[in-house]
Amino acid sequence: MATMRTEEMTLNMGPHHPSTHGVLRFILKTDGEIVHECIPDVGYLHRSIEKIGELMTYQGFVPYTDRVDYVASMNSNLAYCLAVEKLAGIEVPRRADFLRVMVCELNRISSHLIAVGALAMDVGAVTPFPYALRERERINDILEAICGARLTYNYIWIGGVSFDAPDGWLERVRGFIDAYEKVIPEFNRLITGNKIFVERMRNVAIISPEMAINYSLVGPNLRASGVDWDLRRDEPYSIYPELEFKVIVGHGERGTVGDCYDRFVVRVREMEESCKILRQCIEKFPHDQPDFRAKVKSVKPPAGDVYVRSEAPRGEHGYYLVSDGTTKAARVKIRTGSFSAMAVIEEVAVGTMIADVVAIIASLDVVAPEIDR
Amino acid sequence: MRALLDSLAARFGIVDPSTTLVIYLLGMVVFSGIVLLLFVAPFAGITSYVERRIAARMQSRVGPNRVGPHGVIQWLADGVKCLLKEDLIPADADHLLFRLSPYLVFIGMFGTFVVIPFGSSLVIADLDIGFFYLIAFSSLVSVGLIMAGWASNNKWSLLGGMRSAAQIVSYEIPAGMSILAVVMFAGSMSIQGVIRAQGWAPHTWLIFQNPFLFAAYFVFFTAALAEGNRTPFDIPEAESELVAGYNTEYSGMRFLLYFFAEWANLYVIGAVSAAAFMGGWQVPPQIPEVIRPIAELVTFVGKSLIGVFLAIWIRWTYPRLRVDQMMNVCWKYLVPIAFLNIVGTAVWMMLFPQGQLPAVAASIIMLVIALAILITFVRKVIANLREVGGGLSFNPFV
Repeated sequence: MATMRTEEMTLNMGPHHPSTHGVLRFILKTDGEIVHECIPDVGYLHRSIEKIGELMTYQGFVPYTDRVDYVASMNSNLAYCLAVEKLAGIEVPRRADFLRVMVCELNRISSHLIAVGALAMDVGAVTPFPYALRERERINDILEAICGARLTYNYIWIGGVSFDAPDGWLERVRGFIDAYEKVIPEFNRLITGNKIFVERMRNVAIISPEMAINYSLVGPNLRASGVDWDLRRDEPYSIYPELEFKVIVGHGERGTVGDCYDRFVVRVREMEESCKILRQCIEKFPHDQPDFRAKVKSVKPPAGDVYVRSEAPRGEHGYYLVSDGTTKAARVKIRTGSFSAMAVIEEVAVGTMIADVVAIIASLDVVAPEIDR
Repeated sequence: MRALLDSLAARFGIVDPSTTLVIYLLGMVVFSGIVLLLFVAPFAGITSYVERRIAARMQSRVGPNRVGPHGVIQWLADGVKCLLKEDLIPADADHLLFRLSPYLVFIGMFGTFVVIPFGSSLVIADLDIGFFYLIAFSSLVSVGLIMAGWASNNKWSLLGGMRSAAQIVSYEIPAGMSILAVVMFAGSMSIQGVIRAQGWAPHTWLIFQNPFLFAAYFVFFTAALAEGNRTPFDIPEAESELVAGYNTEYSGMRFLLYFFAEWANLYVIGAVSAAAFMGGWQVPPQIPEVIRPIAELVTFVGKSLIGVFLAIWIRWTYPRLRVDQMMNVCWKYLVPIAFLNIVGTAVWMMLFPQGQLPAVAASIIMLVIALAILITFVRKVIANLREVGGGLSFNPFV
């Protein structure tokens, strides 16, 4: 049977295909259902954001960072603002730091909800997705209450945040966590332990730790491969050193370390950790510091360059900024997790089936705007 | 059917043998027309609405609620919309096959209604080879699907068509084998004959006659889901993988015909499992003669709807299998189990002759076990609900 081969078929998966999460394109060469070659083709969502960053003032660019990863724009805001603040030596009030971390963790949960929900949908389970979206709606409501926007927040500004939390906001967050921690077991019963789902995910597209490092995978994808690396703990920024949380590492729960199931489960567990972080933030929140909003009027950092990275839902989100001493950056370079995740698909997809390719894309949680910027 | 027509003919004073044949033919055409137009077509439409509402409830959404009160005539609006849409045929498609395939699927599915009964006298034709006809005729669907996949001149469609061919051909074997066990036990291949071999009381249903028939029901239901391209076996039209599978290039009414067939097929799944395993239209003998046909109709359709609901429930709960896993399930598990069921049923029939005390006792024990499983399930559901702090609401319109 091994010698029996049929004519190869070239399949064009995308840029408009239901499971390419935006506009991705893959050129598949298949023998029936078996994929022989899978070439990712990026660039369909390129909007020259890096170039725009060089034309705008430092503050003016903040809304654009929302669009770098619109599923988790808070984290994108934060990464940019951290970079500018380091470049210009701006101090951030402690209360603003708390608000930043809280909105980032809320956004991490909502981003992971999309990731796990979409992954379930891509393997044919339609019901977990609305469940995930229902919870995401609640987070959106909370974030809307603090900044007025539901997707592109533009909340974290250089030197602080744009608005203080409204009255009772902390209670709303607490209420959400209480309700959400009850929903997690429900979600797990629905999909995480489902036999068919586990069979679809386990031992599919195994990424070994060495391979993950060589392809410079970051974030949950890297941790799912068994590499214990989280910037929140290993290169702490903001108030993360004060917070206790566990870094979730994949350990081959149902199959081999680094398979699709590990990537799924790492995200599910990370949401629980984010809940813990949020609880600690609510407890430690500095109520006695009223004057904290972003006061910086103009940013004119001295000439020099800086690379600052932070842990976004899709892993390391870093900004490389070069300043020539004016109010505009001379060079902006954005490092995102999805771009390197796209590269690894080319190797792991070989020998899998078409249905697996869909699962691999979803399990790596690639978001199209983050790939292309 | 024939008796009904005979009595009608006698009432109008027609006794000439040459005209009775014409009356038989006319009667069958009229009745099949009634079945198709007044039952199957609205059923398929209403099922589409019901399925969307059930799915919405399961997914904490609202579902269609705009057309008519609570959206109950949404399915009519969808039908009208699809009729009015432009009838597109891709330029490079094989025009003849492209046009032909929806009809094949439609005929293959609706032809099975010829042998599906609605009561002891309400059946278009009670064929002696009823189950055989049913299995043979529904194979026409796979021809239609392959034709659609090939004629569309689209690689996704082609993959969908290939998948459906592999799937339907494979799953016909366990489905047929499970039915064979039933046929063997009942001693008849006619659907009416199999129903008459059962009684109205649950312990006389074939599903509870012996453990092998109990297993055969689940094998049959699984295989029937696969034949009907329902989740977890909906891989021929896997929307996240193959865009829409074999019907990617179809639009308007042609597209609707496929879905018509899919929802009609849901009823066929329910009806065949009700007829073969759950006593069909059998009602208690105490029911007066006058309302008997109606009671039978209600019983049979009600039992079929259980199967329909089960299929909808499964669809909105489970993920989809991969192609190789789908084949594994069929050839490694279902086919051997189905064969075992036939052998087991045969041995059982020899060991415990029907109608004698051990056989009756066994069926009652089986019934008790099934009830125990059901009760355990309900208790688990209630415990789960309590854990997440949810409640139950039986109001269909929320």
